[in-house]
Amino acid sequence: MRSFAYVVPDSVAGAVDALAAAEPGTKILAGGTTLYDLMKLGVEAPPAVIDIHRLAELTEISTGEGELSFGAGAKMAEVADHPVVRRDYPALSESLWRAASQQLRNMATVGGNLLQRTRCGYFRGGAEFGCNKRDPGSGCAALEGLDRTHALLGASDACIATYPGDWAVALIAFDAELDVVGPRGERTLPLGDLHVEPGDNPVLEHTLAADELILRIRVPATPAGRGSTYHKIRDRESYAFALTSAAAAVTLDAQGTVTDCRIGLGGVATRPWRATAAERSLLGEQLTMGTARHAGEVAFADARPVRTGAFRVELGIRTVTDALLTAGKQAAR
Amino acid sequence: MMKTSPTAGRPAGLVETAFTVNGEQVRFELDPRESLLDVLRERLVLTGTKKGCDQGHCGACTVHIDGRRVVSCLTPAVQVAGRDVTTIEGVAAPDGTLHPLQQAFVDCDALQCGYCTPGQVMSGLACLAEGHTETDGDIREYMSGNLCRCGAYIGITAAIRRVADQTKQTEV
Ligand SMILES: Cc1cc2nc3c(=O)[nH]c(=O)nc-3n(C[C@H](O)[C@H](O)[C@H](O)COP(=O)(O)OP(=O)(O)OC[C@H]3O[C@@H](n4cnc5c(N)ncnc54)[C@H](O)[C@@H]3O)c2cc1C
Ligand code: SF4
Ligand code: FES
Ligand code: FES
Repeated sequence: MRSFAYVVPDSVAGAVDALAAAEPGTKILAGGTTLYDLMKLGVEAPPAVIDIHRLAELTEISTGEGELSFGAGAKMAEVADHPVVRRDYPALSESLWRAASQQLRNMATVGGNLLQRTRCGYFRGGAEFGCNKRDPGSGCAALEGLDRTHALLGASDACIATYPGDWAVALIAFDAELDVVGPRGERTLPLGDLHVEPGDNPVLEHTLAADELILRIRVPATPAGRGSTYHKIRDRESYAFALTSAAAAVTLDAQGTVTDCRIGLGGVATRPWRATAAERSLLGEQLTMGTARHAGEVAFADARPVRTGAFRVELGIRTVTDALLTAGKQAAR
Repeated sequence: MMKTSPTAGRPAGLVETAFTVNGEQVRFELDPRESLLDVLRERLVLTGTKKGCDQGHCGACTVHIDGRRVVSCLTPAVQVAGRDVTTIEGVAAPDGTLHPLQQAFVDCDALQCGYCTPGQVMSGLACLAEGHTETDGDIREYMSGNLCRCGAYIGITAAIRRVADQTKQTEV
């Protein structure tokens, strides 16, 4: 591992100053479960890290009127177990407790989680493999290699790496927003504008400036929260990244007609994926096996199967179907 | 005030870091690259905590920081300044009497080679303290971060179940 300077600011303002004054390539360190891991593998090599994990200002959670708010430094385990989140937004809670392990959830923050990096083995594997994301212009070993878990949606000729996270997939379905701060002050952006598709520059994964820090994640309150679930299909029942996953949330009227529908897809795309056309296909319909399956098919209409993971298209359709039916049951609670 | 090590360009500096391990105060000049796992094993020679994967996957390196379970391989040791670390060496009574969960591991055949066991016990203690033991399904879900190559999972679940039930009885 390259040696690095370790900086511990004692306030968010101090962190912003330190970041602004830092050498290019300096990174924020929160739980470290992505960053320190990749530094150990030699994939990341920042000259300095700014450790924000002790900043109490960043750990506030509130579930008051109108919105939920999660400080970027709150731990995954804490948000997953929050009683209001569990009851009123099961998809958010499930996306967290079905991710990683309890040890990692005690370390990892809900802000750092959003910026976790792909688990593509060639990206993590280091210099012996061509990887345009790690080393621009070196090619993409996955295109002719092990692509079983790579992206079906949003990929490019340069990179087919899957965005591996769960939490952002549930958040995107609920129109979450981020408050971020930098030397030019605070701004707010929709979570849907945070991640970008690889295109011809897979190094660029998100739209935050290098000197910006995520303060908090806000989720507008919605009755669709109660009728929601995060359905995650893995190679084993627990503690694995998604082969396919779906966050689904619905609101039904007294006749059982769908009046609101949200669908996020995980494990299948280069970024957290919102399936808007699939959502629209259900509005005004009864939620049945048939309409739910149809929505799944719409969600994957543009899927481009990878060579050894083509089964994940049908699996994804069924994941959406089951998620919608579970969400419908939740909504009728 | 901001604490920083010398900026890069020059070799990054050592960071003075004090914390407790199993109740005893320790203090080191740490290279910020060092993991808590390596500090425990290499500097303190507390080799009960195991290195399985060094990438956060296996759980063999599980310890408690301020009572919460973490993987020590992905914890930069400088991050534990001022914290209380508990390792497997701090679990049995000072006279060597096993903790009830350790005894239950013995009684329930919850190990074969034993390599994963320190991590399983540390994780199991936290699982009990968190109350994630309502059903055996809960135990399996909340213990899934600890892999066992020997496949002693049935015994591990039974050992945690036994202690959870004992605790329930003494509470009633
Ligand atoms: C074995 C293993 C299994 C896992 N399984 C899953 C899984 O099933 N599902 C899942 O979703 N995730 C999984 N993860 C990923 C894990 O959830 C993430 O690593 C974690 O959430 C990252 O949070 P952190 O606080 O540790 O971030 P860090 O590693 O500290 O930071 C990650 C990135 O975010 C940046 N950053 C952190 N905080 C901020 C901030 N406030 N503002 C701006 N930038 C910031 C850092 O600079 C860095 O680039 C797994 C990880 C491991 C090691
Ligand atoms: S898929 Fe992306 S991350 Fe994986 S090897 Fe190709 S370029 Fe690298
Ligand atoms: S050695 Fe830490 S999780 Fe495997
Ligand atoms: S007892 Fe051998 S790895 Fe678990």
